[in-house]
Amino acid sequence: MNANTPAPLLEARSLSKSYGGRPACRQVSLSLDAGEVLAIVGESGSGKSTLLNLLSGRLVPDTGSIRYRMRDGVARDLARMPEAERRLLARTDWGFVHQDAALGLRMNVSAGGNIGERLMAVGGRHYGDIRATAANWLTRVEIAVDRIDDKPTAYSGGMRQRLQIARNLVTSPRLVFMDEPTGGLDVSVQARLLDLIRGLVADLGLAVVLVTHDLAVARLLSHRIIVMKEGHVIESGLTDRVLDDPQAPYTQLLVSSVLAA
Amino acid sequence: MTGNTPMADYNFAYLDEQTKRMIEQTKRMIRRAILKAIAVPGYQVPFASREMPMPYGWGTGGVQVTAAILGPDDVLKVIDQGADDTTNAVSIRAFFARTARVAVTTATADATIIQTRHRIPEATLTADQVLVYQVPIPEPLRFLEPRETETRTMHALSEYGLMHVKLYEDIARHGHIATAYAYPVQVAGRYVMDPSPIPKFDNPKMDDCPALQLFGAGREKRIYAIPPHTRVVSLDFEDHPFERNRFDVPCALCGATDSYLDEVVTDDQGGRMHVCSDTDHCESRRAKGHRGTMLADEPVHPADRRSKLEAAE
Amino acid sequence: MYVAVKGGERAIANAHRLLADKRRGDRQVPEIGVDQIDGQLALAVDRVMTEGSLYDRKLAALAIKQARGDLIEAIFLVRAYRTTLPRFGFSEPLDTAAMQVRRRISATYKDLPGGQVLGPTFDYTHRLIDFALMADSEGEAPATAPAEAEERMLRVTDIIGAEDMIEANPAPGEGQPVGDLTRDPLGFPAGRDLRLQNLARGDEGFLLALGYSTQRGYGRNHPFVGEIRMGEVEVEMLNEDLGFAVPLGDITLTECQMVNQFKGSLTEAPRFTRGYGLGFGHCERKAMSMALVDRALRADEFEEERKGPAQDEEFVLSHSDNVQATGFVEHLKLPHYVDFQAEISMLRAMRAEVAQRLAGQVPEAAE
Repeated sequence: MNANTPAPLLEARSLSKSYGGRPACRQVSLSLDAGEVLAIVGESGSGKSTLLNLLSGRLVPDTGSIRYRMRDGVARDLARMPEAERRLLARTDWGFVHQDAALGLRMNVSAGGNIGERLMAVGGRHYGDIRATAANWLTRVEIAVDRIDDKPTAYSGGMRQRLQIARNLVTSPRLVFMDEPTGGLDVSVQARLLDLIRGLVADLGLAVVLVTHDLAVARLLSHRIIVMKEGHVIESGLTDRVLDDPQAPYTQLLVSSVLAA
Repeated sequence: MTGNTPMADYNFAYLDEQTKRMIEQTKRMIRRAILKAIAVPGYQVPFASREMPMPYGWGTGGVQVTAAILGPDDVLKVIDQGADDTTNAVSIRAFFARTARVAVTTATADATIIQTRHRIPEATLTADQVLVYQVPIPEPLRFLEPRETETRTMHALSEYGLMHVKLYEDIARHGHIATAYAYPVQVAGRYVMDPSPIPKFDNPKMDDCPALQLFGAGREKRIYAIPPHTRVVSLDFEDHPFERNRFDVPCALCGATDSYLDEVVTDDQGGRMHVCSDTDHCESRRAKGHRGTMLADEPVHPADRRSKLEAAE
Repeated sequence: MYVAVKGGERAIANAHRLLADKRRGDRQVPEIGVDQIDGQLALAVDRVMTEGSLYDRKLAALAIKQARGDLIEAIFLVRAYRTTLPRFGFSEPLDTAAMQVRRRISATYKDLPGGQVLGPTFDYTHRLIDFALMADSEGEAPATAPAEAEERMLRVTDIIGAEDMIEANPAPGEGQPVGDLTRDPLGFPAGRDLRLQNLARGDEGFLLALGYSTQRGYGRNHPFVGEIRMGEVEVEMLNEDLGFAVPLGDITLTECQMVNQFKGSLTEAPRFTRGYGLGFGHCERKAMSMALVDRALRADEFEEERKGPAQDEEFVLSHSDNVQATGFVEHLKLPHYVDFQAEISMLRAMRAEVAQRLAGQVPEAAE
């Protein structure tokens, strides 16, 4: 590796995972730099969600390894990290935004409590400070501060996603995993959410691994794309290059079907 | 309490013998769990709780712990809600009087082992005493996370953020922490522990207590402990610190202003009076001549006269 | 003048004396005998033995008498007695294929070796109150048939198993040693051995409701009653000195083997799966419910999504025991006035704060 190229933030080698003998992810390798947005695209069943779950430590791979460069600059093998440290990493330096907000939020806890949870988990013990931070984050994700004591159940779908994002970003993570974050939302709500995500990612210099079946979302948010089919990576490259000049026939098909639609 | 009251008819005697034998067999296993609990303060040690001839939830855990540590020279006191004369305390004391032939007392200072449900005595405990708590639900995280598999992981990894989320929600909704009893504590800077449903008034007594404190949950099959002089901190926020509840009135019988009070309904016109929940504390104070408003006109209460007579004997 | 309540001890003694009197009931009516309960309320005895997990008809009948017919109380009495008994060892696995069958039905085959044997059953009785039973009656003697000479009645699951069409039963001694629920605290995930022990001791009503819920879609597992059989089985125990198993006697058992949803894959030929239920005496409803819940709890083994309560191991096993459940539910009647005092004081304070806030807002609203 070149001395003046910074080491990647996340690096996966030969990840494989099967369910009951049926491979869902085959020999996938990839790397992600700090501040880089990587989109994983493909049809449903292509293995992109499995790959996301492997990368984020929510699934254990059958083979392969994942290394993450910690804040001290040392790259660590996630499989060899003690569970306590891995869970701490997952709730401080990482974020995970689910398509279904109910999986990423505590639906019976107020918005303020949802945002404050990570702070309290790492030792935040000043109610006033936690609340002020929560209010600040509500503003940043364009939710009125007077909704701070409402539960997510009283929020619209778009607001829930924004709250989920705030809950993840409150500890200033360097890497966020997103699983179809705009899925199931109305087009106008989707557009607003995408704008917000793009702004936050740029402001905070976040690295993002984004799973989406929507190439328009990938084009808007990502720097690089990998295309998956039947558990394989069949094409990868800079987003504009892949979408404007797809090489693999399958990618050409994907891109043309979007254009046709 | 006069000790070995023959309150049961003869056919109980046989079962008592059997129960005694069972306790003998079980003691070693429970003692091992207790030692482990003392070694890891606040950690819930699973143990093979036995079926006792009293219902789960009625003190089977406390009874097994007490049985395991009771020696021939011990003097046992049993309280429920702070009082020696509540029915379940009477029942448990009678159980030990029958099966262990142990000396019993109502005087806190005379007891070497105190089994309790829902209170810590007002008198400061000493290094020669053991306090055994009856515990219904030992898991402080249970009402936030019902799964044992998950709560054990949370304890193992010290993931206690959720606990503070609950307190945060209380303050956001009510303006202050709205937990009045079974108020969670952190023991020795490590494990978050349920102190059993004692009022939070009693929480400070657990901190740096000279007596060994043991907790037994029979139905849930857990034993945990606070060794003597261990730091016990009630969970709170810096800007919303733990507050011990206070009473606006003194005890109507003994005039105590620093004890936990029971509210007694005296009529159907809204009449209320407050008396010490710790009956021994109240009686000892009255024996020393303290008088509350209710007894102001009566220099010597019949009960006091009796205890004075006993004291003179 | 207020005097604190005293004399709990005498009150308790008197309450128990009154209870004994109520148990005896009207002295003009002859006292019920343990043999009458054993013989004429036999199914109650069976349930108390099963959930009390102690095979002793006389003791269970006595417990029912002492408990005034409250079966959970009787189960509790039996359990508390059981725990005082010394343990000599473990029996050999029972061979239910060698059962002296009194009842045997299969819903999967119309006819099979040994045939369908209805035995003593409520099935097909019309549920009409029989007022003739108000009077004493000798009753009609049962019809009899000549006893079959020592014929083993093949188990239906063995018939299906001969074609390799159902998963094999684990062989005795295979894998881990069998756990003991009464000796070690239950941890999760529990093995199937501990699960079956827990279910066998579990409350019949609880298991019935859970089994029923699987049929209504909360964790469906497509059950067929392969077979229900009831009868006598010999219990044997290995005698270390002699080096072989010696018979201890016969016990009556009800066994239910469910044949469930098949499993397989492209590489593994599909087979039916099993749900198992077993109890002391004649306890068909219990055995069937147990088999349904046993199969539901095997969801992980077959990579089935766990979405019904009956598939939730921690939920089912933590709440199935009626002695634990009744103790904890009923403990709510113990004094809680210290906690209540803490709560009511806090509530008063909170209400005062709200009142204060509202009072403060009134002038603003008026402006």
